[in-house]
Amino acid sequence: MANETKSAFRNDARAKVRGRALYADDIRLPDMAHAVPVYTRFVRARNLRVDVSAARAAPGVLGVFTAADVPGQVRFGQIVRDYPMLAEGTIQCEGEVIALAVAETRRQALAAAALVVEHAEELPPVTDPEEALAPGAPVVRWGGDDNLANRGRVRRGDAAAALASCDLVVDETFSTQAVEHAYMEPESAVAIPRPDGILEIRGSMQHPFSTRRFVAALLGVSLAEVEVVGTTAGGGFGGKDDTAAIVCARAALAARKLGRPVKLTYDREWSFRESYKRHPYRLRYRVGFSKDGTARAAEIDMLCDSGAYTSVTPWVNWRSTAQCCGPYYVDAVRMDIRAAATNNVFTGAMRGFGAPQVNFAVEQVMDIAAERLGLSPLEIRRKNMVKQDGLTITGQRLDTHVVSLGQVMDTVVRDSGYEAKLARCSRGKAEDGRLYGIGLAISYRGSSLGAEGLDYCSAVVNVQADGSVLLDAAIHENGQGAESVQMLILARELGLPVERIRRQWSSTSRIPDGGTTVATRGTIMGGGAVAQAARELKRLMAETLADELGDPKAVRFEGGRVGAPGGPSLSWEEAVSRMYDRRIYPYAFGTFRAPPVSWDEHTGQGDAYFTYVYSCQAAEVSVDPATGRVQLLALWAAHDVGRAINPPMTLGQAYGGMVQAAGMALMEDLAPEGGRLGNRNLDRYKIPRARDIPEMRCTLVENPDPNSPTGAKGIGEPAIELLAPAIANAVYNATGIRCRDLPIRLDPEALK
Amino acid sequence: MNEATPANAAAGNPPAAGTSAAGLAGALTVNGIRRQVRQEEAELTLLEYLREVLGLTGTKNGCAVGACGSCTVVVNGQGRRSCKTRVSEVLGKDVVTIEGLEGRDGSLHPIQQSFIDAGAIQCGFCTPGMVMSAYALLLRDPSPDRTAIRTALSGNLCRCTGYQQIVDAVELAAARMRG
Repeated sequence: MANETKSAFRNDARAKVRGRALYADDIRLPDMAHAVPVYTRFVRARNLRVDVSAARAAPGVLGVFTAADVPGQVRFGQIVRDYPMLAEGTIQCEGEVIALAVAETRRQALAAAALVVEHAEELPPVTDPEEALAPGAPVVRWGGDDNLANRGRVRRGDAAAALASCDLVVDETFSTQAVEHAYMEPESAVAIPRPDGILEIRGSMQHPFSTRRFVAALLGVSLAEVEVVGTTAGGGFGGKDDTAAIVCARAALAARKLGRPVKLTYDREWSFRESYKRHPYRLRYRVGFSKDGTARAAEIDMLCDSGAYTSVTPWVNWRSTAQCCGPYYVDAVRMDIRAAATNNVFTGAMRGFGAPQVNFAVEQVMDIAAERLGLSPLEIRRKNMVKQDGLTITGQRLDTHVVSLGQVMDTVVRDSGYEAKLARCSRGKAEDGRLYGIGLAISYRGSSLGAEGLDYCSAVVNVQADGSVLLDAAIHENGQGAESVQMLILARELGLPVERIRRQWSSTSRIPDGGTTVATRGTIMGGGAVAQAARELKRLMAETLADELGDPKAVRFEGGRVGAPGGPSLSWEEAVSRMYDRRIYPYAFGTFRAPPVSWDEHTGQGDAYFTYVYSCQAAEVSVDPATGRVQLLALWAAHDVGRAINPPMTLGQAYGGMVQAAGMALMEDLAPEGGRLGNRNLDRYKIPRARDIPEMRCTLVENPDPNSPTGAKGIGEPAIELLAPAIANAVYNATGIRCRDLPIRLDPEALK
Repeated sequence: MNEATPANAAAGNPPAAGTSAAGLAGALTVNGIRRQVRQEEAELTLLEYLREVLGLTGTKNGCAVGACGSCTVVVNGQGRRSCKTRVSEVLGKDVVTIEGLEGRDGSLHPIQQSFIDAGAIQCGFCTPGMVMSAYALLLRDPSPDRTAIRTALSGNLCRCTGYQQIVDAVELAAARMRG
């Protein structure tokens, strides 16, 4: 296609590489004041009193605000309104902010913050989810009468009876850790009271509309009185929703109180301390197989730590529920998940969203079963994987798109030379002082929100009189390249060079709420809305110009021309000019509504997602038996993304996701102790560096999806959800040691 | 070489009262411009000085403890973490920031262009520091292999890209700069 580009396209690359992209902390305004948070010194406490009198008297101080100063709702949240934007009465975790100090300079605000005095009655924290759900445990869930934050289940067939008749039952328990998003840009917000009475918010976030809800709630104003304007975001990975929104809301409170612009920029320690993490899970899997490797029954129990507030725990748990057997069909399933409220830093959305935890268990269970049954890891996967027109464990028939699980697995097997390498794994016997292993995992991932939410998105195409095009869409640029994908989709639809299109900065006042930029929905939903808007525009133009161009249905928009093949045609500019001459705006609003999905909460059955992404990843490792250190030698991936709109950026998502998964597998540890994080900056919380990471290869498989207006599905989360078990399987094949807990730690004693 | 004081060079920063020769700690060069440094400014970190005094916000603060490399600048040809450097330590020295890498006509440095072409940019927050570390590397080694590139960039964290296309970009830039 004319507009297909194989080199990377990004509308923001030039500004970013010149250091000219404007992140929130780069914004400087006349008369701008600076706010800083004041943290509690407790983990759990009650009868909180905050004395700000000394802080208010400090030099340069403009105000010190507490929950008592909040005109609207102190507590808010995406599902349950339990997150105190400023602490009120009780302390539930060490991330709570008891006051906001605002001064002429940040230095003065920091000095004032140190003068805030906190009185409270300290209580012993509840930090273990199992203990939190035990009878008689102290109730720490805000507003609750127990600590059960959520539960979910699947009931399919008689799992207990089926399990009893199986030839082999694999019974294994796994655990995954809390993980920090570690977006490179800490949270930052600037709130600006405008002369039109609207409070403008610029900040680092991943969902301007969610931010607007938090701001309006705290201030007690209507949504229309707050305008959240797009600002360059330095990464999100699911982590810049609740907390980032609350940072914006606090800046807004100060700006509203003072009538001045206020900036609130987080340092890294504050970001670690307050922002939500990936949910730690404990997972017990009992999976029964026939001798031939058919998985016939599964009994699964999961327990997760929701931390101090609910956030999106029910939605994260729901994905774990719907995908509890990984990409396999199992005839009889009993699955239960419970989430516990504790006094740990809360947990919420993080790239992968309940799938990496489940896959870590399932993909090891498959390798364990294969070994016990004398099958290869590929044979057992081929036997049980979901198939074209087959069923999922939730009873959904996969007949609306290409089910390419076998194709992606074959691709990685071929690319990596998996079978030959599997044969030469060390299995505990070191050669040349090193242990070598390769491991693999597969996954399917329901696209977008699925039955957890109302799923639709919007876009606006506004053609200017000279033929240049303004595009807006309700999916936010977090750094992943969402805007560039939208521009490429529009260019292709209209048959124009992408240079003719400008993506305008988004604002919550200019386009309807299109849902959060989460769930790998940016390309399928945001891009889908752009395609729908473009098609609406083309319909309008072809119908308006029918007297010149003939049958509107035959008109094509290609190569900068508008017309039917073989018939009269106009240049794009002429066609646009004719529209204005006829007083018909070449302007279109498009929406994409996700196809219907369904869910029965009692049985855990239904059409969970309208389509799925199929993935396979493999890892080669070398283990030093003297130290237990795992070195990655090579990483391989294949993902069926439907269609890759901007292939270099699609690959960039895959590589980035794999490396985040490698960090989760081998390095990342917040070292929580008694509700406090032991590691709260990037010096001690280790994320992968360039030297930790080997060369990677990712093959993009493209089976255009009929459920998607562009044929594209997505890549953001599929990329992160299956490398940890692939690495664990590789470590097992190298050492003979099965690693059931994350991050993987090998005891050198056991390797002797 | 242009002569300027920070106060009149940085738009929006009013001249501080009491600036006098007696209050000067010395001078340094930033992106080819000589800057007089007042005593109180010499006590700032170089990162604070660049961002708050000079308004050069391309240099980023990611951790403030020297772990992430987002604040990397080049001082006398060597990569340096500006968050862990006092202005007083670089008096008399030559500092280059991301804003100083492009030509005066706005033409991009080959490293910058290669980052764009190789798809090495996502959220962009690490990009200035990465580019400056790559610049320091290519000043001392015009033909690094991929392992040498990975080693040289290991002081710079990136959470988006997995480094693959950043390594590609530096390899491409090195080839372009060798001609």
